[in-house]
Amino acid sequence: MIPASFDYLAPTSVADALSALAEAGDDVEVLAGGQSLLPILRMRLNAPDKVIDLGRIKELQGVSEDGDHVVIGAMTTYADVLASDLVRQHAGLLTDAIAEVADPQIRHRGTVGGALVHADPAGDVGAPALALDTEFVITGSGGERTVAAGDFFQDLFETAVGEGELLTAIRIPKHTGWGHRYEKFVRVSHQWSIVAVAATVRVDGGTIAEARIGLTNMGSTPLRATAVEQALVGKAATDEAVRDACAAAADGTNPPSDLNGDSDYRKHLATVLTRRAVLAAAGG
Amino acid sequence: MTVTEERTGTPEIGNRRLRKEDQRLITGRTRWTDNIILPGMLHAAMVRSPHAHAMVTGIDTEAARKAPGVVAVVTGADVKDGQGAVANAWPITADQKAPAHLPIVLDHVACAGEIVAVVVARTAAQARDAAELVDVDYDELPAVLDAKEAVDDAVLAHPDLGTNKSALWRLDSADQGSGGDVDEEIDKARAEGIVIEREIRQQRLIPSFMEPRSTVVDPTGEQITVWTSTQVPHILRFLIAATTGIPESKVRVIAPDVGGGFGGKLQTTAEEFATLAVARLVGKPVKYTETRSESLVSGHHGRDQYQKLTLAATKDGTVTALKVDLIANLGAYVGLVGGGVPVLGAWMYNAIYKFRAYRFTVQTVLTNTTWVDAYRGAGRPEATFAIERLMDDLAAEVGVDPLQIREQNWIRNDEFPFTSVAGMTYDSGNYEVATARAVELFDYEGLRREQSERRERKDPVQLGIGVSTFTEMCGLAPSRVLGALNYGAGGWEHASVRMLATGKVEVITGTSPHGQGHETAWSQIAADRLGVPFEDIEVLHGDTQIAPRGLDTYGSRSLVVGGEAVVRAADKVVEKAKVVAAHLLEASADDLEFSNGRFTVRGTDNGIGITEIATAQFTSHNLPAGFEPGIDADATFDPDDFSFPHGTHLCAVEVDTETGQTTMRKYVCVDDVGQIINPLIVEGQVHGGLLQGIAQALWEEAVFDDQGTLVTGSFVDYTLPTAADTISFVTENTTSPSTTNTLGTKGVGEAGSIASTPAVVNAVVDALRPLGVTDVQMPCTPKRVWKAIQSAGSVSDAATIDSAQPHFDPGAPNQDAPDTGTSTNGAGQ
Repeated sequence: MIPASFDYLAPTSVADALSALAEAGDDVEVLAGGQSLLPILRMRLNAPDKVIDLGRIKELQGVSEDGDHVVIGAMTTYADVLASDLVRQHAGLLTDAIAEVADPQIRHRGTVGGALVHADPAGDVGAPALALDTEFVITGSGGERTVAAGDFFQDLFETAVGEGELLTAIRIPKHTGWGHRYEKFVRVSHQWSIVAVAATVRVDGGTIAEARIGLTNMGSTPLRATAVEQALVGKAATDEAVRDACAAAADGTNPPSDLNGDSDYRKHLATVLTRRAVLAAAGG
Repeated sequence: MTVTEERTGTPEIGNRRLRKEDQRLITGRTRWTDNIILPGMLHAAMVRSPHAHAMVTGIDTEAARKAPGVVAVVTGADVKDGQGAVANAWPITADQKAPAHLPIVLDHVACAGEIVAVVVARTAAQARDAAELVDVDYDELPAVLDAKEAVDDAVLAHPDLGTNKSALWRLDSADQGSGGDVDEEIDKARAEGIVIEREIRQQRLIPSFMEPRSTVVDPTGEQITVWTSTQVPHILRFLIAATTGIPESKVRVIAPDVGGGFGGKLQTTAEEFATLAVARLVGKPVKYTETRSESLVSGHHGRDQYQKLTLAATKDGTVTALKVDLIANLGAYVGLVGGGVPVLGAWMYNAIYKFRAYRFTVQTVLTNTTWVDAYRGAGRPEATFAIERLMDDLAAEVGVDPLQIREQNWIRNDEFPFTSVAGMTYDSGNYEVATARAVELFDYEGLRREQSERRERKDPVQLGIGVSTFTEMCGLAPSRVLGALNYGAGGWEHASVRMLATGKVEVITGTSPHGQGHETAWSQIAADRLGVPFEDIEVLHGDTQIAPRGLDTYGSRSLVVGGEAVVRAADKVVEKAKVVAAHLLEASADDLEFSNGRFTVRGTDNGIGITEIATAQFTSHNLPAGFEPGIDADATFDPDDFSFPHGTHLCAVEVDTETGQTTMRKYVCVDDVGQIINPLIVEGQVHGGLLQGIAQALWEEAVFDDQGTLVTGSFVDYTLPTAADTISFVTENTTSPSTTNTLGTKGVGEAGSIASTPAVVNAVVDALRPLGVTDVQMPCTPKRVWKAIQSAGSVSDAATIDSAQPHFDPGAPNQDAPDTGTSTNGAGQ
């Protein structure tokens, strides 16, 4: 498990990182925590000439508040997000999901931005980010641009972050007072999700006023179950009402078949887990 | 002279001592093989075949030889037969077919992961880099992977052999006179009783020891020294001599601290022999340490059997006959005891029940998969699983509680010693007491009540209760039995006790611990026997120069056989010391008593300590006339018979019928492992064993794709549980001392892993029986459980899909795609 040799760069500012990226050419990988990249390098599934480590860029770390948004620097570790009161209060769904990521060692090394850009559909932060209508701040030599959640995940391991660009922050609209639940289904605790459902709902007088639902590992990208979201609006937060609304959770999805389950089983799980997540989020 | 502590007189045997070896083992600040650094040491990297079955048609090593730091690139052609061989020590039949197993292949690759070339370089990184540059041309051959397909001989794993069938071995109670005719009894039951027929798949497992295997070979001295992460240093030394032609006296093997084995290091490996070969070739010390990925594909695997079972009983559920037909997948080669693993189960299918007739047949077959050999329990877990699943099915058929059907059929306490239908004599046991205690600890009735309530209210989460009343045979092994089975060695064990001049004691054992706690337990035994403080005893092991005689550690043998050797050596020391004591006390030896480390003249205060006698023999100033100085002693113990631990295991599992998820609720076991030396070590052994057995039931399975590539090639896909996946077990013990050794000990190393698997699967099936489910194939994954519920018992559509989800970009550059070309780079990892 020894990687092929590579040049290692550790810039201390976003500006330096961008110019390093520009100079590096094609054969470069960005290290953002390394919980996926290092196994790839050690197993020699990839052997880049250069690795640019963002770990020393302080401006990419930390959680802050910006009006109606919670802003999370791309290099903030899972552990720091998990410990953040701001996130817990205004985007509790993300807190729920991160509590389920792998194990404490990985949560202290891995970063939210790294995971989002790696874009493994079985990863746990994509679906809640999608459900929370997160905005993705992408920085390149030409400056910053903001991409909506629905446009960020493009395919398996592919995002809107282009060549020479970095994800620098995510901006999550505050969902203060919303209920939330991340239902993760695994065989052993440290596994990637076989299927998971991220649900956050606003309940008003026993009725679901708004619902946001993201699906993990139900296709090549995290997915949003918009039909279920709409069907839930105005429904009582009861088992029966929610069960009906969630029946269509897997419609239109194309989940993978592998060691842990086939496509049909995943679709079945998605409907069960969506109901459970919504009920829990609604306090039912 | 050092003053030694006085003994308090509290027995060490039975004391919950913290393990003296734990600090260094747990912190890792110790001599693991990979921690060894020798002057001028070079590093090896293996070039492995990505193909399951192929001919090597060319190896281009030029680029690798020119790479920085490379000292040598060695192929099979460079070392040929001089590299020795990976041997099979137990031909189970006279006509067993066992293909030659060369460490570095000459041209024929029989499974993925075989070593094709070895790169030796100044650093491990340089060796790895250069290994990527070795270009191997392969002609791929069709591969046979499944044991049932192998029986047909349509595709041959080793075309030269002309068949995949290695050996057919049979035990028949009518033939050997230990019971009646199986077919007669089954016919009778078909007419007027109950016949249960099942086929069970024992999936393939991978023994996942904590420390990957590592070997350092130093060829520069008069003796070649081999440090290696092994369970069997003595066997390795013998086999190096036997297969390479190096005189045995020129080989020293050291197993330093070894981080787990579970049978996975009960092997002499291709990697050990390849490292030895290249070290001799370059004349310098060489280290090789495997990666985890290499370990999973090239360390031997376990289990992988198809079990066809027929149980006959009378209408009231009294068992009469059992017929077992196995097909056992040996993988590409017959390992050290690979063919013998299913045979070790032959005496255990009848378990604790009084069958009248029994027949066991196993067909071992060769395939193009990683070779299969011992894994914790070795043959006995498979047997126990089969019979305990059948007994639950019998209970369901008769309509009685699974505990009742067992009690109706088991050997009663007043029937010991009991000779089983398979011909084994069980030394002692008390199934009634262990079961009663387990039932009490478990709250069996309370959980049964909850189960029926959940059934009544159609709770989506159902509760199942699983029973396993197991026994096993421990203490490998009486040499006469091994001889009768044509095993290539004896089963004795050796110990020496050295009484040092300063009053300290060295106990040398031929067993080779790799996590069991022998240093602590052997110290406890010797402390009681010699009457010296626990702290004054050092236990030495695992080095053929320090412990020249030994047969190592496996098969729950160390305490039962090796511990008894310590007892006998210590007793000899006391006998020798007594002569000196009588002389110094000016008394007759007949008048001396020995207690708490002191000889006293009976009826007086006149006495002398055994450590003072150790000093006296060192100075030799005043010894009896003609007494040869020295009170050290050796002993070799060869057991007359096996010991038979047993236990009652009860497991409650919640099954979420909506998802198929299983959640363990409660696990209670009451094991009778005979006399306990250290209760803390026993608990640790049982806890670890339980989780390994539960892992077979719920989580672990080695999966190959149809090309013979190991899909579960990392811990991403080989789903090993962690502490986070389990619950707190309730473990207790009852004690029926063994009658086959003076300590009364039985074995405990494998008990948990043997007993727990059927308890868990029985619980899962028990939860779902009202839904029409009668079986769930292992591992009982949520998908399989859910599909079993959907199809009410038929599990045919719940086969494991042989592909893994890519969590890393499959399109990344420089990735080898093993099954798309005939020429690849060599890494294969």
